[in-house]
Amino acid sequence: MSTRDQRCEVSVRGVDIGFGRVKVLEKLNLDIAQSEFIVLLGPSGCGKSTLLNAIAGLLDVNDGQIWIGGRNVTWEEPKDRGIAMVFQSYALYPRMTVRGNMSFGLRVAGMPAAEIQKRVTEAAAMLKITNLLDRRPSELSGGQRQRVAIGRALVRDAGVFLFDEPLSNLDAQLRVELRVEIKRLHQRLSATMIYVTHDQIEALTLADRIAVMQGGVIQQLDTPQKVYREPINRFVASFVGSPSMNFVPGRIEGANGVLAFVGGDLTIPLQGYAFRSPAAPGPAVLGVRPEHVLAGGAAGPAAIQAPIEMIEPMGADSLVWCRMPSGASFSVRVDGEARVAPGGTLPVSFPATALSLFDDGPGERL
Amino acid sequence: MLALRPRLASKLSAWLALSPATTILVVVYVGCTAWTVWISMTASRMLPSSTFVGLRQYDALFANERWQISVSNLVVFGVLFMIASLVLGFLLAVAIDQRVRAENVLRSVFLYPFSMSFIVTGLVWQWLLNPTYGIQAVGRGFGFETFRFDWIVRQETVIYCLVIAGVWHAAGLVMAIMLAGLRGIDEDIWKAARVDGLPPWRVYVSIVIPMMGASFATAAVLLATSVVRLYDLSVAMTNGGPGIASEVPAKFVMDHLFERQNIGLATAAATSMLITVAAVVAPWIYIQSRRRRAA
Amino acid sequence: MVAAVEPAGPRPRPVTPARVGLYAFLVITALFFLTPLYVMLVTSFKTMPEIRQGNLLGLPAEPSLQAWGHAWSAACTGLACNGISVGFFNSVKILVPSVIVSIAVGSLTGYALSFWRVRGASALFGALMIVAFVPYQIFIYPLVRIFATIGINNSIPGIVAIHTIFGLPTMTLLFRNYFASLPIELFKAARVDGAGFFRIYSSVMMPMATPMLIVAVILQVTGIWNDFILGLVFAGRENLPMTVQLNNIVNSTQGERLYNVDMAATLLTALVPLVVYFASGRWFVRGIAAGAVKG
Repeated sequence: MSTRDQRCEVSVRGVDIGFGRVKVLEKLNLDIAQSEFIVLLGPSGCGKSTLLNAIAGLLDVNDGQIWIGGRNVTWEEPKDRGIAMVFQSYALYPRMTVRGNMSFGLRVAGMPAAEIQKRVTEAAAMLKITNLLDRRPSELSGGQRQRVAIGRALVRDAGVFLFDEPLSNLDAQLRVELRVEIKRLHQRLSATMIYVTHDQIEALTLADRIAVMQGGVIQQLDTPQKVYREPINRFVASFVGSPSMNFVPGRIEGANGVLAFVGGDLTIPLQGYAFRSPAAPGPAVLGVRPEHVLAGGAAGPAAIQAPIEMIEPMGADSLVWCRMPSGASFSVRVDGEARVAPGGTLPVSFPATALSLFDDGPGERL
Repeated sequence: MLALRPRLASKLSAWLALSPATTILVVVYVGCTAWTVWISMTASRMLPSSTFVGLRQYDALFANERWQISVSNLVVFGVLFMIASLVLGFLLAVAIDQRVRAENVLRSVFLYPFSMSFIVTGLVWQWLLNPTYGIQAVGRGFGFETFRFDWIVRQETVIYCLVIAGVWHAAGLVMAIMLAGLRGIDEDIWKAARVDGLPPWRVYVSIVIPMMGASFATAAVLLATSVVRLYDLSVAMTNGGPGIASEVPAKFVMDHLFERQNIGLATAAATSMLITVAAVVAPWIYIQSRRRRAA
Repeated sequence: MVAAVEPAGPRPRPVTPARVGLYAFLVITALFFLTPLYVMLVTSFKTMPEIRQGNLLGLPAEPSLQAWGHAWSAACTGLACNGISVGFFNSVKILVPSVIVSIAVGSLTGYALSFWRVRGASALFGALMIVAFVPYQIFIYPLVRIFATIGINNSIPGIVAIHTIFGLPTMTLLFRNYFASLPIELFKAARVDGAGFFRIYSSVMMPMATPMLIVAVILQVTGIWNDFILGLVFAGRENLPMTVQLNNIVNSTQGERLYNVDMAATLLTALVPLVVYFASGRWFVRGIAAGAVKG
């Protein structure tokens, strides 16, 4: 809790996990740096919780190794791995007080009472649960319970914290509050944190790096900004971001380095788009986030006039649904004060630097 | 008025549907109980009499040696049977919960006796405990010439034979209840305990058992009611013998009703059983209803 | 193996003493539970001379069905020597109407208590749950008198009524809890569609209650088949159920005891609940769990 001298980087090397015939993870590699906050993000069944349980040692790997703090811990018990863990269902011991919950592991491990007392007091103060120490979990609210669960992890004084969807059972307001708390905790402890969630907002707000997972594979491992702005494929593009990205099927046309995306009547010049590999004409899918569409005065002279179908006010912003010349709908995020109305038109343009292009097969970024 | 008619019809239908239950409750459960309690305070013997004698039947009852033996048998049987069934049933549930092979087979093996009647149970164990051909003979057959297991024909030990048969019959039921309780425990609790480095026995003792209060209470109440009702097993296994060494209160009531024709004494005994049950069940119901109100 | 292996893949799982002890415990207890069934089976296939030689656990030297035939059609219960088949058919005669009537009354009561706000409904339900614990001995004498007065003592209708009365609390609980778990909107929608009390019961609720019907049938079939005391008192000499006949065959024979016949008769009596148990699998456990949450 105080100064951290032990090493606590985590490394997952070629891990295979399967249950019977079903392969959950295959040859998975992941390196997490000291003091890094990494979020495993993905829909349910993508293998993110399996991976976390394997790192914790709660689940055997079929093949591969887990390294924590420079030690190969593949065969070690969870308690010997230098980790602490927080669960979605809190997993508090119901018949013990908060103090009992936080101290039980330490007592069983034979730690001197004075040291236990010190750690519990310190952790309780940090989480503002000092006044709850003598209550039972059944007397606490959801948010308080999760604080206690975090407290139980804190007293272990571990170098690596594992969070398994810790905020999923809480209502929206508490979720935001505890999210901030966890982030603060990370800055203060400078421990390595691995955090599993299916909530992309949590991932974006908390992570140093996000690992977006699907089908047991890490699709993209990068900073929140990169994941958001330059999704590696259509899955990542559609999973991250709310309201979600617009997709327009079409073709890349042109030659001699002067390329344009053509979808229906829409033609967008692609100067400035950072292709990952030399571009070639052919079918493609254009992706653009609602807030990256330039609208109104910002749209510039090349703007097209898009007919407005519907408006969803969201407070600070409004989401304007327009019709593509091809007939498909797409959404544009405009200022909440903007004067727009259904039936009117909105001048829009698509800046090449903020676009994403995917091939029309597997949906890889071009 | 017209609009009210279907409502009224439904209301009447509901009353009609509940009338059998209401009748049974009032006539049988309340009426017959009151009747029995009343007879127990009269001078009835072979024929019912309406001469009120207060608690004189109860004086006779508790001075009756056979009743005294019945009651002490019930206590010995009840305590041993309940403790043994609860402990064995819980251990079996824990053992099965360790991801053992052939879990389904084992569960069926432990529970099948419960599907059979006490008569069958009693007769099987009567045969197994038969000193001439049963387990004693098997032990001697293995060369232990002095091996002695003739509890069923000895007055001071026969009640333990009933306990063995009872546990064989009921331990599986406890196991089923406990296993359901164990499986109901959040898997994350086990994970948290492993991260905390708690050895499994410690998790059971300090965390799981305190969480299983409801399962233990349910099992205990079920066992306790079968203790008070204990009748078939004694009839089939020993018919109360040798002598009157394995008599039980329920059998006392039945014998005095139908064979010895002493209605007054029989109903006094039945009323005493009722009071015992009430003393056991009332606190439990009280706690349950309080818990429900709190929830 | 001097060089340390670099850990990779699954943890090695050496056979620990704890694991060995666990399986030893399970095997020994499984033997305790299985031995009676095994002994019953082998004894029933032996001849009396072989049984007299001892060797309780040995397989029959010359397996013979003779004891089974004798038990079924020629064993003596008191004076009559028509075998246990008489009891079998009596039990069937008692079982079928008792199961149907008790489930019908119980489900209707449970339904009326779960959806309809009848005055005193919760009091009725609470009272039914409490009286479920009262020992039968309290009711027996008054019920015999009442039944004699209305002329259904010692008859099939009498014993059916008895099983309905004493099955009512459990059946009501079972169905009430099940219906209470259904969404109330279902009931409201049916009301809006204009269905009345019995229409909703028969067309909406009972078709949805199939799982509970299965559980109730399992519970009642085993319970009524295994009943001894009620059949003994209320069924009448002509209709004594199988358990009573079995006890008579085994325990009131004059002269030499035929242990092989006794065991064959016992197995025959246990057959119906055993078949129900093994055929129903998890449903049986579910029935126990549903019946166990009394109160």
